[in-house]
Amino acid sequence: MAKISFHHSDGNVDVLDVDPGTSIMRAAVTNGVAGIVGECGGQAMCATCHVYVRPEYLDGLPEIGDDEEEMLDCTTEERDGERSRLGCQLKAGEAFDNIEVDLPASQI
Amino acid sequence: MTSEERIVIVGNGQAGIQLIDSLRREGFAGPVTVIGEEEHFPYQRPPLSKDYMSADKAASPLPLRAEKFFAENDVDSRLGVQVTSIDRSGHTVSLSDGSTLGYSKLVLATGAANRELTVPGAEASGIYGLRTLADAEAVQAQLEAAGTIVVIGAGFIGLEFAAAARKRGLAVTVLEYADRPMARALSPVTSAWFAEAHRGLGVDLRLGEGIASFATDDGGRVTAAVSTTGRAYPADLVLVGIGVIPRTELAEAAGLPVANGILVDSAMRTEDPDIFALGDCANYPSHHAETRTRLESVQNATDQARHTAKSILGRHGDAEHYRELPWFWSNQGDLRLQIAGIVQPGDETVLRGDPASGKFSVFCYRKGRLAAVESVNQPSDHMAARRLLAQERSLPPEQAADLAFDFKAYSKAAAAAA
Repeated sequence: MAKISFHHSDGNVDVLDVDPGTSIMRAAVTNGVAGIVGECGGQAMCATCHVYVRPEYLDGLPEIGDDEEEMLDCTTEERDGERSRLGCQLKAGEAFDNIEVDLPASQI
Repeated sequence: MTSEERIVIVGNGQAGIQLIDSLRREGFAGPVTVIGEEEHFPYQRPPLSKDYMSADKAASPLPLRAEKFFAENDVDSRLGVQVTSIDRSGHTVSLSDGSTLGYSKLVLATGAANRELTVPGAEASGIYGLRTLADAEAVQAQLEAAGTIVVIGAGFIGLEFAAAARKRGLAVTVLEYADRPMARALSPVTSAWFAEAHRGLGVDLRLGEGIASFATDDGGRVTAAVSTTGRAYPADLVLVGIGVIPRTELAEAAGLPVANGILVDSAMRTEDPDIFALGDCANYPSHHAETRTRLESVQNATDQARHTAKSILGRHGDAEHYRELPWFWSNQGDLRLQIAGIVQPGDETVLRGDPASGKFSVFCYRKGRLAAVESVNQPSDHMAARRLLAQERSLPPEQAADLAFDFKAYSKAAAAAA
């Protein structure tokens, strides 16, 4: 199992234990973590699963792909040059075993 | 709307569920009932023809919302039930479980049903459509033992499935009666590129060859697909993807105007001011297509849902006309197709990039203005096109064709100036 901590802008935290292969977006949508929409079903088409990865977890993440790069340019809340990622592109066991992300105030 | 008034939503797909979300976000606190005919909790359909068909055992359906969403938002969700009729004067709907439900506003988000084949042998076992989770589970279960697949129809679903089946190492033949794939949605240039790309992946793509009949064994299971040329293609499994028919039967029986979908105005309202329709089942006046149209896409469902919520609650102000830019995508194996705007027959096309490189876009011009852009493995062009077309801005064809021209920067400047 891997662990994902979602930090909401109001200070609340959702912590989920997930199976390997589960993306941050899928974990959030399946468990009803507010603030992650995943409108396109994880196809990097909609930028509604934007997260800010906490700096201490940035090492070891996969490179930002072409699709993700373009979508990150279209997020509702401003992109952070270092920390912004799409939750659908980060999978447990591949990108992280333990990760903490901050959620933007809005996705749409 | 007052808080005593009930909103009833028929259909719990992408449109119906987004509508609930938007109604609550807009502050509607009254009762909401959503009726879904499948037993499953609402889930996302697009991955079913793509990721879900991979050999990866971890594949599981992705919910549209978590179960707790319905409790937290105080939604009366009825699963495995159908609406059988609408009584417009009495403001009630009858359900297949024998109950009756009153409504103040009724929303038809009934979606579409797969078009079915009627050729001889079409009722054989081993022939599947692909729309619901049940369809996908049935197909997925058969793929393990299948060796040879025939796909009927080279549309989005057929080609997504064909590419997924090829990835699993299966032999795949695609029969398409038209002379090019995805002919309804794509320019000839992009269509031709996809035909070659699929052939390159090992798909036996047969254009200009429709399905005539199916051969079966003694047990009534399909053994081959016989095309309109008389040639028989062996098949352990057949997938039929020949388009959809909008689910208009309830509206029609209730006397609402229907023509390739339930007719609505630009606020998604039917002829009856208390009944709305949206998503795959709705035929609306499209600002971008400059004609009535009916679209089948996630973007169409969710953007129309956000708009419908405002229509129901009277929150539009002076923006009552729905005018979101349509966009589409189709992942066919590693081939990534993205479309901004609606491509129409007769559009003049300008190429940006070299198709031989596997990355290019086709700019479609209508009456001298940019109307749509198709991008193949070129997400930067796609997002730039969405930004530009949403502002109803064009750009000269010479610039579109010039790779030295910074299209992304141009589109960002256009959006910033709006």
